[in-house]
Amino acid sequence: MITLGHYLVVSGMLFSLGLAGVIARRNIIIVYMCLEMMLSAANLALVGFSRFHLFNGLPDYTAQSLVFFTITVAAAEVAVGLAIIVALFRSKQSVDVESVTKLQG
Amino acid sequence: MPPLLFYLFALITLGFGFLVVTGRNPVTCALALAASFVGLAALFMSLDAYFIGVIQILVYAGAVMVLFLFIIMLLDIKSEEGRPMNLPAILSGVVLAVFLTLQIIMVVGGTDLAKKTSQDTPLALADAAGKLGKAALPTITNDLKAGTLPDAKLIGFTLFDQYGFHLQVIGLLLLVGTIGVVVLSKRERSAP
Repeated sequence: MITLGHYLVVSGMLFSLGLAGVIARRNIIIVYMCLEMMLSAANLALVGFSRFHLFNGLPDYTAQSLVFFTITVAAAEVAVGLAIIVALFRSKQSVDVESVTKLQG
Repeated sequence: MPPLLFYLFALITLGFGFLVVTGRNPVTCALALAASFVGLAALFMSLDAYFIGVIQILVYAGAVMVLFLFIIMLLDIKSEEGRPMNLPAILSGVVLAVFLTLQIIMVVGGTDLAKKTSQDTPLALADAAGKLGKAALPTITNDLKAGTLPDAKLIGFTLFDQYGFHLQVIGLLLLVGTIGVVVLSKRERSAP
């Protein structure tokens, strides 16, 4: 039988995959995709808790409202982040994270 | 949901997620991410969160991925083939991810909360209609009495009933984001 733990483990594995991508990859666009994956993993945990914590016999819709807000913020974040990447590409002609070292001491 | 379907969609989500992390070509990664999000949307729907699942497909697999693909094609990024791997970063990433996964599995395995199944917590739709009483709109209670879960209506009710201010702040955030994107992507004129 599928328990809440199954969903939490899938969520944790998806988050870990995203974390590994953020650390290991050097292409900024792929780092961004991995960030999106981590946000979605958190959403899966929230929806899982919402379903298994009943409130008046219904799923807890407070958690699902939080997921709604997370998705909205993630969409805004992607739009701004990709605009920054385009501006970065114009000045450096590269999307490699190691091409941006101006703040390095 | 039958366990087989859960494992199938979990495999789709995690397998394509792995492809995102390991793929060399950014276009492959973007398409794999879209497939991974479709699997995740199926998992949401298996948790009776139909509205969130549909939003996941529309916003993530639709809008966000199109934006990613558009930027990848606009910048004409070459794939990383033939470039040396960044071994220390890859190693630390893999080690951290493995440790985090093991820790999550141990924490989840050690709690009673995580052993709940959907049979332990069945949805009580007809009961809920009575308990919500006059607080809910008639359209919601009618759906509940008829035995269907008015998922989108209940989320909408929660959002506008309890989080109206937050919703407006989010709207403002989207407006600021739009203006920011336009300002950022405007070409700077060279100084006269």
